[in-house]
Amino acid sequence: MILNEEYRLKVGLAEMLKGGVIMDVVTPEQAIIAERAGACAVMALERVPSDIRRDGGVARMSHISLIRGIMEAVSIPVMAKARIGHFVEARVLEALAVDYIDESEVLTPADEENHIDKRDFKVPFVCGARNLGEALRRIGEGAAMIRTKGEAGSGNIVEAVRHMRTIVKEMRQLTVLGPEELMAEAKKHQAPFELIEWVAKNGRLPVPNFSAGGIATPADAALVMQLGAEAVFVGSGIFKSENPEVFAKAVVKATTYYKDPVKVMEACEEIGESKAMVGLEISKIAEGELMQTRGW
Amino acid sequence: MAGKTVGVLALQGDYERHVRALESAGAHAVEVRTVAELEATDGLVLPGGESTTMLKLLHREGLFEPLKAFGQTKPIFGTCAGAILLATHVTSPEQESLGLMDIGVQRNAYGRQLDSRVVTLPSELGDLEAVFIRAPIIRSVGPDVKVLATYNNDPVLAEQGRHLVATFHPELTADPRVHAYFLTKL
Repeated sequence: MILNEEYRLKVGLAEMLKGGVIMDVVTPEQAIIAERAGACAVMALERVPSDIRRDGGVARMSHISLIRGIMEAVSIPVMAKARIGHFVEARVLEALAVDYIDESEVLTPADEENHIDKRDFKVPFVCGARNLGEALRRIGEGAAMIRTKGEAGSGNIVEAVRHMRTIVKEMRQLTVLGPEELMAEAKKHQAPFELIEWVAKNGRLPVPNFSAGGIATPADAALVMQLGAEAVFVGSGIFKSENPEVFAKAVVKATTYYKDPVKVMEACEEIGESKAMVGLEISKIAEGELMQTRGW
Repeated sequence: MAGKTVGVLALQGDYERHVRALESAGAHAVEVRTVAELEATDGLVLPGGESTTMLKLLHREGLFEPLKAFGQTKPIFGTCAGAILLATHVTSPEQESLGLMDIGVQRNAYGRQLDSRVVTLPSELGDLEAVFIRAPIIRSVGPDVKVLATYNNDPVLAEQGRHLVATFHPELTADPRVHAYFLTKL
């Protein structure tokens, strides 16, 4: 059984982040700005996704000294990224005692067939997904939290919207099917049968479902929350904006009050005239440079 | 309890799990994000999550003082981050709190995420499954505080008059007894 007792604890860890904003930071100073703005966790990395995209080359786990410096600077949880399939990077991050590991498509994959067997780790993992099948395969491997992939570093919300809508729609479709139809669904989604059954019965993922990849404004954050996200990751969107401190606060506010248009308007007003990060048209990104297609 | 409404502060954290736990204990539960929503409730749960995040939002949205006043007459149940918010004194690092319960709390006192755990504890309410997640430790209790359960000799479930705190997460288990006990205070 995948959904055993030990797994329940890891999922509980992810529950604490709900309704919050997890911000990418590259220095202890940025981590402090994020914490002050009300981030519920930070993602410690050397370069935000838009810089990884610009620089090219192989993107790997961040330096230990950098992650450690960020862990020492703040009291909120700290996450760090390992390459897809790179279980040694993940073990190193576990030994460092980061609070969550993101097995992330933002880094260059280390294995083009297999993801990390995450069941065997004490530290919980978050993984990206574009559809229900991908989400359930990652949960089957032991991920305790799912996030949409979106298109990291693009500053364009369109892919995160596509992925969240797809996951929610595919879950909703399962809830109206009879038990005899579920094996065919497991085959179609290429997902573990017992997880398909669980989703059909409950209408949601057995783990928190967050959104990431392209969130650049308070309204973007409220949009993905309304589409069904339970928390948001903001990567380049905060520290590539003109005024990170103000953007960070405004995104936190819009995430908490996502259902209240007046509060979201106030959040939009707080950023004044300062510019969001520059966005990219997805169709202008060369296919080989898309991050969302990494992961299997 | 009939006809009463229990709020769950829904600024950040596992508020949805508390709503479910309260409902399975037989209460009518609502999410609270504004002063008007707070004032429409007869009792409040402060959920688990990040206490620093909640504290900042409480101040920014003008909820801090109304919440303090609310606690003068109505019951509040704080779990984990919520217990930190209810305390009179908070360390590692020091931060402001509502001061509604005479306890001193040390944040993230067991260590990081890796040190989270599930244990079975004897308590005044019977044996409880206790889920600790980056949990705080209650380092001191005032004379009016009654300890209902301990773990490694530290209080983990305690009450003072109408208020209740747990450093663990009863909302993450299927057992509604702790929530049911809070509802008796309404």
